[in-house]
Amino acid sequence: MAGRKFNVLPGFGLTMGFTLLVLSLVVLIPMGVLWVRAMELSWGEFWHQATTPRALAAYRLTFGASLAAATVNAVFGAMVAWVLVRYDFAGRRFLDALIDVPFALPTAVAGLTLASLFSDQGWLGRWLAPLGVHGAYSGLGVVIALAFVGQPFVIRSVQPVLQNLDRELEEVAATLGAGRCRTVCQVVAPSLWPALLTGFALAFARAIGEYGSVVFISGNLPYRTEIAPVLIVMRLDEYNYGGAAALAVVLLGISFSLLILINLLERWTSRYYS
Amino acid sequence: MASHPHPPPSSHGAARISGTGEPVFVRGVLIALSVAFLAVFLILPLANVFVQALGKGWSAYAHSLSHPDSRAAIRLTLLVAAITLPVNVTFGLAAAWAIAKFEFRGKAVLLTLIDLPFSVSPVVAGLMYVLVFGLQGVLGPWLDTHDIQIIFALPGIVLTTVFVTLPFVARELVPVMQATGAEQEQAALTLGASGWTTFWRVTLPSVKWGLLYGIILCNARAIGEFGAVSVVSGHIAGQTDTMPLAVEKLYQEFNATAAFAVASLLALIALATLAIKACLEWNMRRKDRRERDAAANARRGPGPGPVALTAA
Repeated sequence: MAGRKFNVLPGFGLTMGFTLLVLSLVVLIPMGVLWVRAMELSWGEFWHQATTPRALAAYRLTFGASLAAATVNAVFGAMVAWVLVRYDFAGRRFLDALIDVPFALPTAVAGLTLASLFSDQGWLGRWLAPLGVHGAYSGLGVVIALAFVGQPFVIRSVQPVLQNLDRELEEVAATLGAGRCRTVCQVVAPSLWPALLTGFALAFARAIGEYGSVVFISGNLPYRTEIAPVLIVMRLDEYNYGGAAALAVVLLGISFSLLILINLLERWTSRYYS
Repeated sequence: MASHPHPPPSSHGAARISGTGEPVFVRGVLIALSVAFLAVFLILPLANVFVQALGKGWSAYAHSLSHPDSRAAIRLTLLVAAITLPVNVTFGLAAAWAIAKFEFRGKAVLLTLIDLPFSVSPVVAGLMYVLVFGLQGVLGPWLDTHDIQIIFALPGIVLTTVFVTLPFVARELVPVMQATGAEQEQAALTLGASGWTTFWRVTLPSVKWGLLYGIILCNARAIGEFGAVSVVSGHIAGQTDTMPLAVEKLYQEFNATAAFAVASLLALIALATLAIKACLEWNMRRKDRRERDAAANARRGPGPGPVALTAA
C-alpha cells in the first residue's frame, strides 16, 4: 500500500471524526476517569489498597488459576488441533464447528452448567468427590471455568499454522531416516511454537479478566476462592471506590502488558510464517 | 531452522513417504483422547444446560420462562442488543472506511485503541462507568440534580454493552475493506456517483459478508455480556436484570430449573450464532477458493499441479 494515496475518496473527515468521537466517549474518557480516580489516592494509600492481604490472595489465585488453565489449554489445544487437521474421522467437522462454543456461549451459562456438572452431586463431580477432589466451590473450580473459557484460543491459533505447514519437510525428514517421533519433535514442533505461545498468551489474558463463569463455580470465599475481579465488585459493594479503582488499575496494567506482549508475539509469528 | 542441511537426494525416498503419518495405534489414541476431552469439556456442559432446563418437564420449563421477571429480562436483553448493534455497526463502518481507504499517521495506534475493550476485564469496564456516571462519580452530582439516571438503569447497561462489543464489527471490516482496495469506489466516483451512492452501491455490497460476520459476533456478546452489565445494572428484578443476570439471580435463589431455562435460551442463541458463523465462513472460503483457482489457472497453463509433485 505504500506510496498509494486514496485522496479522491470523500468522507475521511466525517468517518475519522466519528470514530475518534465514539472512541473517546466510550473508551478513552471512562478509562481516564478510572486512572484519575486511582491517582487521587496518595501513593501510600494506593499501595495499601492494592496490596491488602485479601488482594494479594486474590492476585495469587487469579494468576495461578489462569496459568494452570492456559497450560491445560495449550496441551489439549495442541492435541485437538493436530487431530482435527491431520486425521479424518466421523464427526470431525461437527467437532470443529463446536470448538467455538466457549466464544459464543454467555459466560454466565458456562459458569452455571460447569458448577452443576462439577458439584459433588453433579454428573462429573460425583466421580471426583470420593477421591476428595472438589470440582466446584474450590480453586480447582476456578481453573475448570477458566480452562473452558480459554479453550478455543489455542486451537484456533494452532490450526491454521498446522494446515499451512509444508508436509514435504516431513517427507524429507522421513526420507532421511528420521523416525516419526523425531520428525514431529524436530521438524513440526519448532514451527508450531510461536502459534502455540500466542494461543497460550491469549487464553491467559482472557483468564485474568474473566468474571462471569468463575463467580458461579468458585464460591467466592475471601482469601480462598476469590479472584481479583470479584474482589473489585466486593469493594464497590462496600462503596470503597478508591479501593476498587486501585485494584482495577493493577488489573488494567497487567492486561495492557499482556496486550503488548501478544502484539509482539503476533508480529513475530506472522514474520516467522511468511 | 539452521538444522536443515541439504543432503544428496535419496534413491529410495518413495518407499519411505508413508513415514509421514503416525502408526494406527497412536492415531487412534490421539483421536480418542481428543474426542473424549471435547465431549467432557464442550458437549457435556452444553447438553447439561438443556437436560437440567427440561428436567422437570416442559410445563415447568414453560412456566419458568413465562414468569414476569423472566419475560422482562428477555425483553430488556433484546432491547439492549437492538440499541447496541446499530451503534457498533455505524462505528465499525466509519472506522473501517477511515482506516482502510486512507493513509494517515498513527493508524496502528488507532487500531490498538479500537481493540482495547477486548483486553479490559468486564468488571473493570463496568467500574469505569460507575466512576463516571455513578452518584459518587464525576458526573454523578450533575446527573442527580437533573434527575437523569444512567447507572442502575437502561443507559448504563447499553453503554457498557457498547464498550465490550465495540471492536467486533470494526475488526472484521478493516481487513475486508483493505483487501478490496479503493479502485472500485474511485471508478464509481469518476463516473459521477456521489459519495453516499458509492458507499451504498459499491462498498457495502463488497463487504456484506464480513459485516454480517461482525454483526453476528457482536450480537452474541451483547446478549451474553455478564460482568460489565452486572456492575452497572443494580439487579432490580423485572427492571434492570438482563437474561444472564436473571440466570445468576435464579441460581442464587436455588431455583435451578428456572436458571437453566433462561440459560437454555442463551445457549440456543449461541448455537444459532455458531451455525450462521459456520455458513458465513463456508461461503467466504468458497469465494476465496474460486478467486484463487481463477488466478492460478490464469497464471499457470496446463501442467503438473502440486499433487503430481508430492507423489513423485
